[in-house]
Amino acid sequence: MIESPAVRPPRTGVARGRELRASLGANPLLTVGGALVLLIVLVAIFAPLIAPFPGDAGTATNPFAVLKAPSAAHWFGTDQVGRDIASRVLFGARVSPVIAIIVLVIACLIGVPLGLAAGFLGGWVDEVIMRVTDVFLAFPPLLLALALADVLPASLTSVTIAIAAVWWPWYVRLIRGQAASVAGRPYVEACRALGISRGRIIFRHVLPNSVTPVLVQVSLDVGGVILTASALSFLGLGAQDPVPDWGLMVAQGEGYFTPDWWLVTFPGLAILLTAFAFNLLGDGLRDRLDPRRSFLP
Amino acid sequence: MLVFVARRIALAVVVVAGVTVVTFVVAHVVPGDPAATWAGPHAPAAAIARARAFLGLNRPFAVQLVSYLGGIAAGNWGVSIHTHRPVLSDLMTAAPASLELVISALVLAIVAGIPLGLLSARRQGRPVDHVVRAGSILGISMPIFWMALILQLVFSQRLKWLPAAGEYSPGLLFSHPLAKRTGFPVIDSVLGGNMPMLGSTLTHLILPAIVVAAYPAGLIARMVRAQVLDVIGDTHVLNARALGFGERQIFGRFAMKLAWTPVTAAIALVFGYSLVNTFLVESIFDWPGLGSYAAASIATLDTPAILGVTLFVAVAYVVANLVVDVVQAAIDPRIRLR
Repeated sequence: MIESPAVRPPRTGVARGRELRASLGANPLLTVGGALVLLIVLVAIFAPLIAPFPGDAGTATNPFAVLKAPSAAHWFGTDQVGRDIASRVLFGARVSPVIAIIVLVIACLIGVPLGLAAGFLGGWVDEVIMRVTDVFLAFPPLLLALALADVLPASLTSVTIAIAAVWWPWYVRLIRGQAASVAGRPYVEACRALGISRGRIIFRHVLPNSVTPVLVQVSLDVGGVILTASALSFLGLGAQDPVPDWGLMVAQGEGYFTPDWWLVTFPGLAILLTAFAFNLLGDGLRDRLDPRRSFLP
Repeated sequence: MLVFVARRIALAVVVVAGVTVVTFVVAHVVPGDPAATWAGPHAPAAAIARARAFLGLNRPFAVQLVSYLGGIAAGNWGVSIHTHRPVLSDLMTAAPASLELVISALVLAIVAGIPLGLLSARRQGRPVDHVVRAGSILGISMPIFWMALILQLVFSQRLKWLPAAGEYSPGLLFSHPLAKRTGFPVIDSVLGGNMPMLGSTLTHLILPAIVVAAYPAGLIARMVRAQVLDVIGDTHVLNARALGFGERQIFGRFAMKLAWTPVTAAIALVFGYSLVNTFLVESIFDWPGLGSYAAASIATLDTPAILGVTLFVAVAYVVANLVVDVVQAAIDPRIRLR
């Protein structure tokens, strides 16, 4: 019982509730972002129940209802094969947000161990890992993802792989900085002096104390990954018909854009709203949890 | 200072070499068997073997890598499958149009982003601050290919205020021919004293520049706000207050001075982002730059061209970062000592 547990200040339920309310009032953006994210999650879960024409998310075609303007029956109109755009937009909440979660889980699974190793072990391990990371960071994320998605067959799996392959280096850099600063603290020195094993120090002390910035970064990155995935699908390198992916729907609507504006407008609004919601949430969380982090994306 | 610059250049060369290795790996290792692709579908084994020898794929991996790196360094970037011309010369033809677009967008983003960020910081926690913050987050959340289509619909199709596509009205070429000097239409029309053409190029630039500026403007406004609030309690700012400087001077002059370093770093970063964002925007606006070239290459699955663009943009990005590092070190002596 020598090791100190991860720091957790004692708090009563009442005080925490009051504090939470006060902070929500102080940062309306966090409140709005959280509410929008919750809404998107609910839409994704209950899409089959909410969507007026669930079948239209798939291969259904309605040759007699092609390119109908928005109306009471079809709030967002219908597309070039007569599918209800509102239904497809609602089902879209199951596509790119889910890709974003998978990408970020993969990025953390690769980035966190490498960052911990680099930051905690230092020396040549640090040198090798960070130089490789620097090379990957020299590409703007969408660029390398684009090159990768080009050589892989066009599919959502390829998009996920391509984006994950360019996203992990950011987590290496983030965790390395955290781990290196924690590794130098007196209590870690004390653990070493007591002969506690390296693995135990990493998992019991360094990792728990590096987790907050990772969570903040993940919430900030969801919007970025959604935008990247939509862009790849827009360019034809990602989702293929009939997947109700928002980026693909914008690309398909482009040819009918004038005069049939609704094909492009609503799926694009869905991308904007989703990215906006997650960015608001991430920004607010960073202000609450981690005010001193750098402000680069 | 010289030592600093030399070290930064050496580091940039290492990164560029690494970037080239990554594109090589993407090109030669990821997609199955390039020899089979080259030989075509259902090719007999002998034809594939011949293709392998022809493409040099039977050589050891390291030898292939070295010859690829040598080719890139010597300016041999492969031949585009859809234009049948050397990729590097295609890129050189396309680059000025993209640079013109990205630079205009960045100027727009700086002009809009810095005052908004300062305003937001001065009114921290007030309604204006919330509106600017929400607006800047909206900017970085924008699917710009969608924004491009919407602006085109509203401002050129419906309102007919601005041209929908192209770098200038091609009809003008008959009455006011554009002499090519630098390849940048705006600069060329200024140099030639060609006023009608200058007007045409500028009005054609407005919509695409606004679209490309959305992300950097949001990012810069956010950064300026955060950095200014970070230093607003510092001693030198308190000193300025004690000396009786007005709030406008305190924020715009004393606090902003320290905020410049991270803001210029962010500008280098968004230069690379924006260059890639042109891939999504240029084909919509029929803008004859790197983005249209990349989009056409993607549509025709022209791998040499795509990898060429990738490498070109990555190198441009490394160079932009290098320039900013050196400029920062020149402005801020603390950086040189790190």
